[in-house]
Amino acid sequence: MADYEPVLLANIHKEGSHRLAVYEAGGGYRTLRRVLQERSPAGVIEVIRASNLRGRGGAGFPTGLKWSFLPADHPGPFYMCVNADESEPGTFCNRVQMELDPHQVIEGIILSCYATRANTAYIYLRYEYPLALERLETALAECRDKGYLGKNILGHDFSLDIHVHRGAGAYICGEETGLIESLEGKRAWPRIKPPFPAVEGLFRKPTVVNNVETLTCVLHILDRGADWFKSIGTPSDPKNPRDPGSYGPKLYGISGHVERPGLVELPLGVPCRELIEEHAGGLRQGRRAKAVVPGGLSTGVMTESELDIPLDFSGPLRVGCLGLGTAGVIVLDETYSMIDFLHNSCRFFAHESCGQCTPCREGTHWAVAMLQRIKAGRGRLKDLDLLLEIADNIGIIPGTTICGLADGAAWPIKTTLRKFREEFVDHIKQTNPGGYTAQSPPPAMALVHK
Amino acid sequence: MTSDPVVLIDGRELELSPGERLNAIQAAERVGIQIPHYCWHPGLTVVGSCRMCLVEVGTRDAATGEISMMPKLIPGCNTPVRDGMVIVTNSEKVQQARAMVEEDLLLRHPIDCPICDKAGECLLQDYHFQYGRDERRADIRPFTSRRRDIGDVTLFVDRCVMCSRCVRFCREISGTNELMVVNRGAHEEIDVAPGFPLANNLSGNVVDLCPVGALGDKDFLYRQRVWYMRRHMGVCTGCATGCSIWVEENQDRIYRLKPRENPQVNRWWICNEGRYGYPHVHHDQRLAQPLRRDGQVPVDLDWTALPAELLERLRSAGRLAAVLSPYLSVEEAYLLATLVRGIDREARLVLGPVPVVGEDERFPNGFIISSEKCPNRRGVEEIIARFENGRITALDHFLPELADGQIAGVWFSGGYKNANWIEEEKARPLAAVKLLVVQDLFPSAISALATYELPAAAFAERDGSYVNRNDHLQSVRWAIRPPHGVRPEGTLYWEMLGRSGLYNAREVLREIAAEIPYFHAAGAGVPDVGLNLKVNSLAERT
Repeated sequence: MADYEPVLLANIHKEGSHRLAVYEAGGGYRTLRRVLQERSPAGVIEVIRASNLRGRGGAGFPTGLKWSFLPADHPGPFYMCVNADESEPGTFCNRVQMELDPHQVIEGIILSCYATRANTAYIYLRYEYPLALERLETALAECRDKGYLGKNILGHDFSLDIHVHRGAGAYICGEETGLIESLEGKRAWPRIKPPFPAVEGLFRKPTVVNNVETLTCVLHILDRGADWFKSIGTPSDPKNPRDPGSYGPKLYGISGHVERPGLVELPLGVPCRELIEEHAGGLRQGRRAKAVVPGGLSTGVMTESELDIPLDFSGPLRVGCLGLGTAGVIVLDETYSMIDFLHNSCRFFAHESCGQCTPCREGTHWAVAMLQRIKAGRGRLKDLDLLLEIADNIGIIPGTTICGLADGAAWPIKTTLRKFREEFVDHIKQTNPGGYTAQSPPPAMALVHK
Repeated sequence: MTSDPVVLIDGRELELSPGERLNAIQAAERVGIQIPHYCWHPGLTVVGSCRMCLVEVGTRDAATGEISMMPKLIPGCNTPVRDGMVIVTNSEKVQQARAMVEEDLLLRHPIDCPICDKAGECLLQDYHFQYGRDERRADIRPFTSRRRDIGDVTLFVDRCVMCSRCVRFCREISGTNELMVVNRGAHEEIDVAPGFPLANNLSGNVVDLCPVGALGDKDFLYRQRVWYMRRHMGVCTGCATGCSIWVEENQDRIYRLKPRENPQVNRWWICNEGRYGYPHVHHDQRLAQPLRRDGQVPVDLDWTALPAELLERLRSAGRLAAVLSPYLSVEEAYLLATLVRGIDREARLVLGPVPVVGEDERFPNGFIISSEKCPNRRGVEEIIARFENGRITALDHFLPELADGQIAGVWFSGGYKNANWIEEEKARPLAAVKLLVVQDLFPSAISALATYELPAAAFAERDGSYVNRNDHLQSVRWAIRPPHGVRPEGTLYWEMLGRSGLYNAREVLREIAAEIPYFHAAGAGVPDVGLNLKVNSLAERT
């Protein structure tokens, strides 16, 4: 697969890749012109459905299917929200796309809005991306001047304007209904579903929320065809009729203890070991990998022996991870303490929990308190079971929360404790030789007076 | 053939009427199963965030009867019941989820029940006993209970379970948006913006909505343990809206008034004016001794001989008139009218002064605080109309008539909630009356002129019915006994009419219903939520 020719990242190495002239010289907005002439919105959705494109934002929901949920008889308006609140730890593919190739993103958005009949699109941009903001704003202005945006785009009766909305720095704003609430100017508390955004979303109108990378994939599918897209990646499992497969190119972000951290575009399904060794130069200082996060912190961890699984939508599931997530691979080498890793992970999710649902608000906080105590040398073996009990009982998978943040918080706990339990047991026994077998906590009154 | 939708809840079948919209919590309640919940309230939007109402949901195949359950737990509050739905509320999975939510909520709760006003009616307490764990597994230090003044109520920050009912109330019902959630995750708190405290005329409701002790009523705070109080059904007499209330008392002392759910009048809410409008009942200036002011020195009277004495004086007075206060109940107004007409067949019946303050205050959800600050103008008007052939005279038009001295005796019923409610100037024409009987709560310019000054009963001390601005009649019984020396109006009239036994408001209402078409619908008894006389009489006519 070394000879794979990048598609999504084809432009980024050009001088001035973020300018309209450079983008147009490389064939930019050619697809938009052609699609507006040749295809109806329904036709576009049909192509996307045929391509089996799955959302790149984390959940891997089939994009064509999502679009087809929009009510056909609704008088409108329809909205498109572009999720550029890339805040999953270890993930930075949207950032590179928006900073170095904003026109590709915009062309993808215009095409997707055409398909979903949206006349207004909002890019919900992560606060921490000031360069992306500047580049997107410049690119949008260029597009408005050129007639790619605004009333009657390229003489077609389709009109669209795109607004960039800068977030205020919260992980939960990446959850689609949290994003919608935040766009409406409210506290980003994810909404209870149903109704799904496709039926009642932004300003209570039908809304599609898609990730930046998904929309750029839409552009290339419309440019090169669904068959081209399906020639890349892992085909669907013939034994599982409900598996839509993992087709197309994917941006993999690699960070952590590797020689060459960075972003690389590869077909979906590249084995994790190959990604680390061939594309990231292996581990730093020739060390061995201890744990690898396959797709952003919330997907959990894999051990060294599990690295041969392919990084497609179903691969990480086979080793107990939450899924491909955002394909932000984080590599930890053998020197790193899993107790520190888990403490840091829990601290992040407790900090980012929106606080709406009781199990997540309190559970994540409790987990941090326990890990802090374990780190401080007052751990009990019983704490490990408690941590697992918390993790097994929060999230939308058991059904105890509104959104998936809690699942994201639970998976690192579950996978770390199940795969690295020995390390935790050793740590607790060594640091708390007198009390590691204690069963019950000190009485509440003793805590009050401490 | 279509049959009514059937839902199966823990093996019990519930038949729904077609078109009925219930969620799983409401449906379970119908078959006597409690699904615990904090954040859901029938009057507010659904947020589904407390996760206490998690249940298992499945479907039953109509043809085969086979049941297939969904793998996830689902919040009952956001689950509309459909035909063929199966709801399980007592499985091990559900119980485990509830125990976990309870454990979570108590992690940082101060557990200061001994000094918490809510103890005894706190959902956190109740659910913990029913669904929680016996042991505490966490060694997180419970927070001390921080107390913060946020305006009309006191916030005990750390007792909060973040159900956000109060926040939604301020957005959806009062429309004033004062309360909000600040911070994130476990640091979340309810708060107000600096300089914009919780201050609206419905704010007391957030205390009732709060399932735990986080919002404290400043009026009730630390005054009474809730388990010492008994509650009685009542009707608020603060304005013409006539909200249904609970009167909560201990040993004949009212400690608080709370809204009583009544979908036809006030739904779940009452205004602050009504809620805190009871102190006059226990005011030390209240009249409590019947007096006669014939000569120079007022004479204290005894109730035993008083009815006969009053009758005697009225009979010998000559032309009579009665001022029927809009604070009287329908029954009392009717008895008084009957009484004076029984003595003088041409006695004038006059509507007492109707206090009006400002304009109606309307809230976005439809709740109205009426500008008319008395409970029963409509009811009293209808009684007067019956006796006066439709003519209703206001006091202002009646007083000048006294100048010619034809009317020799006036019975003036009061019930006004403050002293000196009428200006001396305005009351002056009554000085010309030879026999003036005044029964009122407080001394006023009128009671000062009275030949007989009689103490009246307050709203919680009487039996009777009130008709609100929308012709909705509600009947209540007394909640507390009147102070020593006070005889409720109804009892006095009953005795003076020579009726046997104790005053029986229900019997009087039956009589009224038989005699006056307007009250006809009330003849068959009045349900707890009352009944609408207009709607019912229209229905009968068609």
